[in-house]
Parts: sequence; structure tokens; C-alpha cells
Amino acid sequence: MKKSVFFGALTVAGLAAGVAAAGTLDDVKARGKLNCGVTTGLVGFAAPDANGEWNGFDVSVCRAVAAAVLGDASAVEFVPTTGKTRFTALASGEIDMLARNTTWTFSRDVDLKFTFVGVNYYDGQGFMVPKELGVSSAKDLDGATVCIQTGTTTELNLADFFRSNNISYEPVPIETNAEAQQQYLAGACDVYTTDASGLAATRATFEAPGDHVLLPEIISKEPLGPLVRHGDNEWGDVVRWTLNALITAEELGVTSANISEMAAGTNNPEINRLLGTEGTLGEMLGVDADWAMKAISAGGNYGEIFEKNIGESTPIGLARGLNAQWTDGGLIYSPPFR
Amino acid sequence: MTTMTDPPQESFRLSMLLNDTRYRSYTFQFIALIVLISSIAFLMSNLFSNLAAAGLNISYQFLGSPAGYDINQTLVEYTSQSTNARAALVGILNTLLVAFLACVTATVFGVIAGVLRLSNNWLVSKLMSFYVEIFRNIPVLIWIIIIFTIMIAVLPGPRAFRGDDPAASMVLNAVAFTNRGVYIPAPVWGPGSLVVVATFILSVIGVFAYRRYATNLLYATGRLLPMGWPSLAILFVPTLLVYFIMGMPIGLDYPALKGFNFSGGIKVGGPLIALWFALSIYTGAFIAENVRAGIQAISKGQSEAAGALGLRPGRIMNLVVLPQALRVIIPPLISQYLNITKNSSLAIAVGYADVTATLGGITLNQTGRAIECVLLLMLFYLTISLSISAIMNVYNNSVKLKER
Amino acid sequence: MSNTHAAFVRTEQVPPSPPPANAAGPVKWAKDNLFSTPFYSVLTIVALYVIYLILGNTLPWILNGVWGTSSLAECREVLDGVSAGCFSVLTERWNQLLFGFKYPADQYWRPALTFLLFFAAAAPVLFYKLPRKLLLFTAIFPFLAYYLIWGGTILTPILALVGTVVGYLVYQRLVSGSFAAGFFGGIAAAFVVWIIGGMLVPDNANEGAMLQAVPSRDLGGFMLNMMLGVACVSLSVPLGIALALGRQSDMPLIKWICVIFIEFIRGVPLITLLFVASVMLAYFFPPGTTTDLFLRVVIMITMFSAAYIAEVIRGGLAALPRGQYEAADSLGLDYPQAMRLIILPQALKISIPGIVNVAVGLFKDTTLVSVISMFDLLGMIRGPILASTEWNGVYWELLGFAALLFFVVCYGISQYSQWLERQLATDHR
Repeated sequence: MKKSVFFGALTVAGLAAGVAAAGTLDDVKARGKLNCGVTTGLVGFAAPDANGEWNGFDVSVCRAVAAAVLGDASAVEFVPTTGKTRFTALASGEIDMLARNTTWTFSRDVDLKFTFVGVNYYDGQGFMVPKELGVSSAKDLDGATVCIQTGTTTELNLADFFRSNNISYEPVPIETNAEAQQQYLAGACDVYTTDASGLAATRATFEAPGDHVLLPEIISKEPLGPLVRHGDNEWGDVVRWTLNALITAEELGVTSANISEMAAGTNNPEINRLLGTEGTLGEMLGVDADWAMKAISAGGNYGEIFEKNIGESTPIGLARGLNAQWTDGGLIYSPPFR
Repeated sequence: MTTMTDPPQESFRLSMLLNDTRYRSYTFQFIALIVLISSIAFLMSNLFSNLAAAGLNISYQFLGSPAGYDINQTLVEYTSQSTNARAALVGILNTLLVAFLACVTATVFGVIAGVLRLSNNWLVSKLMSFYVEIFRNIPVLIWIIIIFTIMIAVLPGPRAFRGDDPAASMVLNAVAFTNRGVYIPAPVWGPGSLVVVATFILSVIGVFAYRRYATNLLYATGRLLPMGWPSLAILFVPTLLVYFIMGMPIGLDYPALKGFNFSGGIKVGGPLIALWFALSIYTGAFIAENVRAGIQAISKGQSEAAGALGLRPGRIMNLVVLPQALRVIIPPLISQYLNITKNSSLAIAVGYADVTATLGGITLNQTGRAIECVLLLMLFYLTISLSISAIMNVYNNSVKLKER
Repeated sequence: MSNTHAAFVRTEQVPPSPPPANAAGPVKWAKDNLFSTPFYSVLTIVALYVIYLILGNTLPWILNGVWGTSSLAECREVLDGVSAGCFSVLTERWNQLLFGFKYPADQYWRPALTFLLFFAAAAPVLFYKLPRKLLLFTAIFPFLAYYLIWGGTILTPILALVGTVVGYLVYQRLVSGSFAAGFFGGIAAAFVVWIIGGMLVPDNANEGAMLQAVPSRDLGGFMLNMMLGVACVSLSVPLGIALALGRQSDMPLIKWICVIFIEFIRGVPLITLLFVASVMLAYFFPPGTTTDLFLRVVIMITMFSAAYIAEVIRGGLAALPRGQYEAADSLGLDYPQAMRLIILPQALKISIPGIVNVAVGLFKDTTLVSVISMFDLLGMIRGPILASTEWNGVYWELLGFAALLFFVVCYGISQYSQWLERQLATDHR
């Protein structure tokens, strides 16, 4: 490449600037692609498979939003981000939304000026230890060496937990999950700590998953959810209500299998409103009337996405637990579509 | 080059700004200034409008707030309640520590490999060129990861030391090599140990004084005093004597397996060792080349002339070749030291808590203050580099061959 | 004088008897080269032991390696407890290692073709004995490579090419008057063409293009290392020359700008510059624009290597005898002429080995982009491949493969550099 192409690219970028700078929703429509920030690879949540296709729980949220806005679940550019780059990528407009198991905290919301549109997974930080250590509680870990995957709130929770229990530990911060796993398996640390869902996902890839146990203590609240920039409320609404549509669909029994017959019209007015056969919810949101239908057909409702990517039938094998519908005693609850 | 002389002109015309070499440079500089100022203004206005659009601001207040995370290797006192600035300081000290250690060992590796590469032993010189080529041609990041992986996979975990018939045992019952680090005995300073230390320091001074005396004697009278064994004797005999007279005040605290880890003794962490070793052996390959080039740069006539004067081979090396070779070796050597300092920022790959990992890593992640953290980080490295360059310039000026 | 035949004088020479066994052949060689002194003998034995240790551990591991299984678990089954490599990961993930995981699989021929063409384009630059006309292909190559790798509309590279050609023509026309006028006129003309052309190219030109457009985010694997290395080195040479000349300039302002730039860039590690590219640079572009990470990284790495190349060239400039500058002045050449015709050709020749060294270092440093979530060769290994369920735990094979690839390329370049140094050596030492 010579200088000229580089300047040419800059000029083209400069020209593109002229047409951009409207709302994110219009940008996405004009671009025909949704730029969605995901992690660099966590099996079950977002990881490319052998063919380079991104799959996972967070990825499905991106696909649902793309389907709702653009009508095409594959019109997504997945931008891999690290713990370090994710907030800049979002703040600078490189990505339209971030679905990268990011914990909703006060300072991220208020100080860093992001809007968390909801919670798609209620997580908490847990510990994994080899069975042979015979540890049954995190409080027995005095003096242990702890591998931490950096980039989330993990370090802070860990410091707080050990401080409040007045026990000592030695932290080993590690950038990627794969390297953390390597050190843990080689015995360079006694304990591996990250979000409980991540621990389960990691353990699923082990040669002998049965040799490792997750300790009962969950030391933090980690509500993970997609987030967008502050100040663009129209776009925030689109992402928020797409997530809610997935949740409501499960609550109302709308699945990817029966959605086409339900879209023909049902006796339940809320289903009709959701699927756009009644009312003008899509128009209010600035998208097509059948937006929610497209979003749900993309990968199924919340429950289907959960089961397919991280549920008990997958190697990751997470139970619904807190993430069951509120009607089943969980915390997943969507405001009504009305 | 504006050394051409121009005939004196009577009056100033505007076209002279472009055509007259006396004024043209002002025109160019003026244009450059305009371009510089306007591009800086452009970038800054972009920055501020982008920040305003995102509702952010530039603020360094996060430095004073508690960091909230723990660091596994600290040279100064640090807890999770210390400030972010203190975490950055811990990182800076760790960077300097690994850079210093790696500089020392890289020089040792480099000098040995460089000299051996010139040796007459075919096998050894081939082996050394193999070492140099293989390390120079593979990225340092890959080496750091490979060496760290080797260390983790080959050395046993502390668990292996447990039990009646352990899979691993401590060397001499004092040093434990584990994949979390190396545990060595720590000295325990009893009463009276100060006297021993003082004696030792005096002995070191004594050695230097003796060597100086011997050299002066040699130059003044031509008498050659032995150097080797008297130095050793001065170094160790008084200290050992005092040590036993004082009743062995300095004891050793041996590391012992306790709970999950070894406790007692001094722990040299695994990431530090891996990074230290990787940087030394990688940079050592470059230093070896510098040393070889430096020695080869001394023309053969120099050593032949020294031989003709009747000097022995060892003295030819010490008195004639090396002093001249050093002039060639030292400047690239110092830039290799700079490279070590800069490459130590790759500590991030092995989880060593250097300044890139604390200030530019966890603090950046937790506070989200990307611009501020990266700026501070660059400022730190810049300061280090400029100070080393300044030292190098002073040295270069002092050894420069004086020419016309 | 007559021929005397005495019985005790031999008429023909005795055939030379073979030298004693310890003064010839391998034994003598070994004695001279391996066991000349006791110290060397010890060294030889130690060296042999080291070689034995290294080979004894790695050779069986490599030779017993398993190829052709589809996951680590399967591979371990085949090995059945024997310690050996699972090289199947290389064959199974071969394309991902070379091209990243997102490049469309049916388009792999494009980067592969570009790679082959690259040699054709680089040959006339590397081997100056080849006909100079081949340089024309070298000049076209960047545009061709851009088109092949990124695809999309052919209008973009054609526009870029047209702009460059127009700029060059304007330069040719104006340079006879004054170098500065030609230089800046050429750049201005090229920009005019680009901006006008950029308005003419329709926004949806990429749809239905002959080659499928590939966003630069989808580039990865060793291809990304090669592209970053080639692009940044070739961009940074002209920039480096400009910086070196600027640093030598008599104009204090220009000199200080260059000095500050060079010292700043050389004073910070590349990784912090990459952090700038990944977390800061986005804030410095006009609001509403986004520039993709690849371009941002190219900008930062180019600045990085330009500073180092500038220092190498400055060394070359300083090594020229003052007489050369004075001779150019006394011929009445002005500054651009003196530089172009007298100083730079000689200074660049001296600097070539140094520039190649910087290029090798830079190529190795492209692995650092894996730290900022780009999937280059090392990024692929540390990220998607090691994180996958099938290949979780295959370290040695992958790292060894990466090391081997880099070694082959870098060793090749450094051998070339030494060859060139011998070719260019005109002093007779």
C-alpha cells in the first residue's frame, strides 16, 4: 500500500463524515449493518466457531437487534473488544451497542455516560478449585493464589471479599480466558475466579470437568446487559425493547417454532401488539411493524436463546436459576408491551 | 545548505520570500508553523467536541481515589485501599526492577555469546550463532509467552511438594522452584548483624583500594603484585571472622510449605522470572551481535602492534582491544537497555504487575479513563528514555575521537 | 654437465606418505576446532550435552506427532499417553492461522495471489540488477493489492491510481521550475482528483462488485502480520527520509518539530502507541466519523517505524564526508537538487542494512496488535483457537508454528540484507 491509498481512504472517510452524525438508529439503517461489540472469545456468550461464525448468548442479542432494525439477523458486524477497548469503542461510535458481558455499575452508568438498557443475564462472581484441594468454602482460601481474568469488576470484588473476611491471597491477573485456564490447570494458581457463568463455560472445555468444583459462594452481583451511549434515547429504546420483546415472547409462549402462526393473529392482545398485528408499537419505535417478530425469529425467544447457547443441554450447562422468568421465580421480567 | 553567497540587493520585494535563499527559509518555517498550529487545533477541537458529545471530560481525580484491587508483587507498601496513583507507583517500580535485572543478565548473556561466537571452537561458535539467529528472528512477545508456558508446564506446582513421598523436593532444602515462582531463604537480621554488614562494606572498599595501590605500584616501579587471591581474601576473611566472633547474628529464614503456598523466605514471582529471563535471553542475542561487531571493528594492526610491544594475549585484550571496542559497543548497548525497558511493557502477556498492567491495565479498565491513563503511561516511558539518552550523550561526548 | 647415475640417488620422488592420523582429516579438524585447549574441550563437551538435551526432548515429540485428528481429545486418544505433538491443530485450523477466522473461505485465493504478486513487485526493489521497467509493476502493485484484498468496487483503487498518476504528472511538469512547487503541486493535484473522484463514486458502489468487499475487520492471521509489515515499512521509508532531512535542516522550527516527533516516538513503547490507536485515536477524528482499527493501527505503526528509519538515515547522512555536501554546493546545485542527486543516493545506500533491520524489527512487532484485540497470527492462537472447545490446551504446536513462520521470514530478510551489504560494499577493506 502506498501513501496515496491511505490518503484516499482518509478522504473517503471524511466524505462519509458528511452523511453521518445523525441518530444512531438512522446511521444503522443507512449503513445496513449493525456494529456490535462483543468479547474476543468466551464460549457460550460470544465466540467464533471453526467457520468464523460468531455464536453465543450475547451474539444472539446483537442478531435480534439487527433483525428488528434491519430485518436481517446476519446484518451484524461483530467487533471484538477487550476489557480495555470496549468503552472507548462505544463512546467513540465505533460500535453501536456493546453486548459483552458487561456489569451494570453506578460509575459506568453515571461517570462513563453509558445507558444500560436492561439485564440479559444475572451473574455473580464465583470460584473454581480442583476437587483434590478439598476446599468447600471460599473462606478456606487463606493464602491461596488466585487467577483472575482482568477487565471486569472481578479484581475489585475479589479484593473486597478477602478484605472483609480478613484473609490473605495472592492475585494473578491474566488477560485472556485461555491463558487463565492454562495457568489454573498447570497448578500455577489454586483458584480461578470470574463470573460464575464464565467459570461454567470454562470448566466445560476441560479434559476432565468433573475434577473441578465451583464453590458455593457468589461474592458479587453482576447484572450483565447490553449498553449504548448516553444521550441517544431513540436508539436506547430500540435496543431496550428488543431485549424486552425476547423476554416477553418467552413469557407469552411465543417461540421461533410457532411465531409464524401467532403472527397471523391470536386472541391474546399483548401477543398481537408484540408481533405488530395490533397497535402501532413499531412505528412509535421508528422501525417496521413486525420488528419484534423478526427479532424473535432470528434466534428464538429469551428462553430458546438461553437453552441453545448456555443452557443445561449444552456443554456449559447453566441452570436458569436467577435467570428464570419472574413467573418461575426468577428475576427476568419485562415491562408490558402496551 | 544556504551557504551560497548572494549579491546584495537594494530593496525587499515580495517575490524574494520565495526566491531568495536568505528569506525563503522563513517562508517555509512560517508555512510549517501554520500547518502545525492548524492541525493541532483541528485535532484538539475534534477531541473536545467528541468528548463533549459523549459527556466526558479530562480529569485526573481518579488518581487520588482508592484503586480497589490488589497487586501480587509490590516493592512499596500497598493495599487495595491505596490510591490509583500509588498503584501506578508500584507498577513503575516493578517496571524498573525487571528492566534493571534484565539489563544486567542480558549483558552477561550477550558478552558471553558474543565472545564465544568469535572463539576458535567450531561447535561452540556455531551453537552461539544458532542462539543469536533464533532469538533475533522471532518476536519477543512469542518468546515471552513460550518461556512463561515452559515455566508453568515444566516446574511443579506447590502441591507437588506435599505428602510423605512428594513428586518434587526443594534444592538443598532451601530453594524451591515452583511454577508460581522461586522461593529462596531470606536473611534474618539478629542483633550485631550491623557490624557484619559494615565489615563487609569496608572489605569491598578495601579490595578497591588494594587494586588501586597495586596498579599505581605497577606504573611507578614496574613491580607486579598478585591480584586474584588477595582480593578474595580481603573480601571474605574479615567478614567471616566478624560473623563468627559476633556469634552468627545473621540467620536464614527457609521457605516452608504452609497451606496453599510456601511461606517464609523470599518469593521471586513466576511472571517476574519469566519476563526477566525472556527479555534477557532475547536482548542478549542482540547484545552478542553488538559485542562481536565491536571486537571485530578493532583493526588487526592494533593487536599486532600490542603483540610487537611484547604484551601477553590477556593484556592485549584488556589494555588495547577492549578499551577501543567499548567505544563501539556501548552506544548500541545502551539503546538495547532502552529496548529492554520498553519491551518490559509486554509484561501484560504474563500477568506481571508493571506500570502498563497497573496504570495502563486494571486502573484504565476500572475507571474507564483511557486518555488520561495512556498519556501518563507515555509520559513515564518518555521520561525514562530521555534520561537514558541523556546519559548516553554525555558518554558519547566523553569518548568521542577528537577530530579536526 | 652430464647425467650421472649413482645408485644411491633416487630417480623419482618418493610418493608422499599419508600424514599421521592425528594431523589430517576429521581428527585434525576436531583437534584444531573442537579440542585445541582443555578449556575448549570442556566447552565442546558441554555444547554436545546441550545439543543432546534439546534434540533428545524435542525430536521424539515432533516425530511422533499426530496429524489429522479433529480435536485435542481425539488426538490424546490416538497418542494414548505418549508425549508427542498434536499437529492436527495446524492442518485443521490452517486457514484460520493464515487468513484469520472471518475472511470469506471461498476468497482465500485473493490474499494468496496478492502474496505471490508481492514477490514480483518486490523483486525489482530488492535486486537492482533486474530490468528497471519492472518497477512499473511495483508502482501498480499497491492498488492491485488493495483491490484484491479488500475487494469491493474497482473504482476506489482506480481513483487512487489516477490521483497518483495526475499528481506525478503535475510534479514532472513543475519540478523543472522549483522542486517545492512540483512536490506540493503534485500532492495538491492528487488530492483534487481524489476529492472530486470521491464525490463521483456512488455510495453503494460496493454492491454487486466483481470481487466481494471484505471489511478490514475481517482480516487476520499471518496475512495481517504481513500486510501490516509491508504497508507500514513502505509508508514509513518516505516519511523517515523526510524526518531525517528535517532533523538536519538549518531551519530551527522544522528541525525542532522533527526532533520532538522522533524522540517522542522512540521514547515510548509500541504497545502504548497501539493503546493510543485502540483507545484514544478515535477521539481525535472529526465527530461522527469512525476510522477502522486497521487504518488507525497502520497510522501508529507507520509513525513508529518512520522515527526509527529517520534515525538510521540520519546516521547515513552523517556518515557522508562533508566534502560531498561542499562539492554539491560548489556545483551550484540548490538544496533539493543536491539532496536528490548527490546526498540521498549515497546516504540511502549506507542506510539500507539499517533500514532492513528496522523492517525486521517492525515485522516482529506486528504481533503486538494481538494485545489490542486484533486477530493476527498470535491473536488467533491466543484467542479463538485456544479458547475453542476442540483445541483448548494445544500450546506448543501453535506457538512453535508461529515462531517457525516468523523465523523463516525474518531470517530470510536478514540473509538478504547481508547479501546486499556485500553487494554494495564498494570500499576495499
